[in-house]
Amino acid sequence: MSQKLSSAQIAWRAAQDISDGAYVNLGIGFPEMVAKFQPPGRIAFFHTENGVLGFGEAPPPGEEDWDLINAGKKPITLKPGASFFHHADSFAMVRGGHLDVAILGAFQVAESGDLANWSTGPKGVPAVGGAMDLVHGAKRVAVITDHVTKEGEPKLLDRCTMPLTGVACVTRVYTSLAVVDVEDGRFVLREKLPGISLEKLQSVTGARLHLDGGVANLIVPEL
Amino acid sequence: MDKQAGSLAEAVADIPDGAMVMIGGFGGSGAPIELIHALIDRFIATGSPKGLTIVNNNAGNGRVGIAAMIDHGMVRKTICSFPRSTDPRAFTEKYLAGEIELELVPQGTLAERIRAGGAGIPAFYTPTSFGTDLAKGKPVAEFEGRSYVQERWLKADYALIKAETGDSYGNLTYRMAARNFSSLMAAAADCTIVQVTRLVEPGGIDPEAVITPGIFVDTVVEVPDPQQEEELIRAGAHHP
Repeated sequence: MSQKLSSAQIAWRAAQDISDGAYVNLGIGFPEMVAKFQPPGRIAFFHTENGVLGFGEAPPPGEEDWDLINAGKKPITLKPGASFFHHADSFAMVRGGHLDVAILGAFQVAESGDLANWSTGPKGVPAVGGAMDLVHGAKRVAVITDHVTKEGEPKLLDRCTMPLTGVACVTRVYTSLAVVDVEDGRFVLREKLPGISLEKLQSVTGARLHLDGGVANLIVPEL
Repeated sequence: MDKQAGSLAEAVADIPDGAMVMIGGFGGSGAPIELIHALIDRFIATGSPKGLTIVNNNAGNGRVGIAAMIDHGMVRKTICSFPRSTDPRAFTEKYLAGEIELELVPQGTLAERIRAGGAGIPAFYTPTSFGTDLAKGKPVAEFEGRSYVQERWLKADYALIKAETGDSYGNLTYRMAARNFSSLMAAAADCTIVQVTRLVEPGGIDPEAVITPGIFVDTVVEVPDPQQEEELIRAGAHHP
């Protein structure tokens, strides 16, 4: 196994924790990949902010219907049993605690569970979309991300330095190196790649990794 | 009683300078392109309406629809959640030049503010944005051990909406995901103007299929075979 998981492998790992019958929101971009790795035999219902529950894959080129899109404004298809609703109902599903899990990307996650994923700072045109709504209400808010930035800086920190999306909202982080839970204001290491030592993992993490019982090997198929 | 307008131009003839206008749609899904373009045509011919405040999830894309309104200088302010798009030039140029005001609202809060406006609820509390830059200056309260931000209702002078089937009483159905903000906006505006792809007689819509009841609608105008904003953008279209 290579030094770190690919994006597809991180998405695969996150998908394994989605139980049968779960209602799930996947953030725009990288998190959308999680839908590809649904374990066989389980049915998950995917929710999109603009008012669709139970959507499926993108249509083949030429068969797009632009009235049928997801929150990223990409064309989608419907699965049997899908439904449409307006935006207030859609966000009632989000904020009313009806979604089982939201899986989002991140610039930074703090050990308190604070998440920064909407703005890199004051420059340019600010845009928030549904990010601040999604972090509240879902029973679990999980993050999938590379363990470090492109520059090698830690993304798991004692405190976020970028503008916050939400306070104390993240419950689990799936990274390219590890699976980490947020519990009582601290990071608890659950799984790590077998090829990386605890010391090395700690050295690329910007907050203390706590151990609570054993650490399992993070084993993901080649994809 | 007949809420039908004879033409698109007639439907949008009364919107004054400075009006607050909600525009339905999310990206190209549900965007009332013909109504927007009729308003732009009126502005080009008469110089009015200008100084508008636009409420939509986005702030225009390409050179059609809301982006074309911004390009033509009709818009003073936008209230939206996501003013970025595949081709955001119109908004971005004006915003960075300080020529347009932006009120950035989380998407669910935007929907709920519009819903509250239509339902006569002046304010509500939500966990969304608590502890973030977008909550600055807003009252905060604790309920059952958790912190919430107070948000105000959002109402408008006009709403421009696209529906699939409508009758002359204003009952509406929508196509697939195209209802998004539209049914909320219909209730939140003093005057709701709807372009319908198919106009039928009262009774022509199964009451169980009605999404927006006619009480929320003031004007309907039939636009068979409407243009789809996403297709116009992909074709590089501009208006006019």
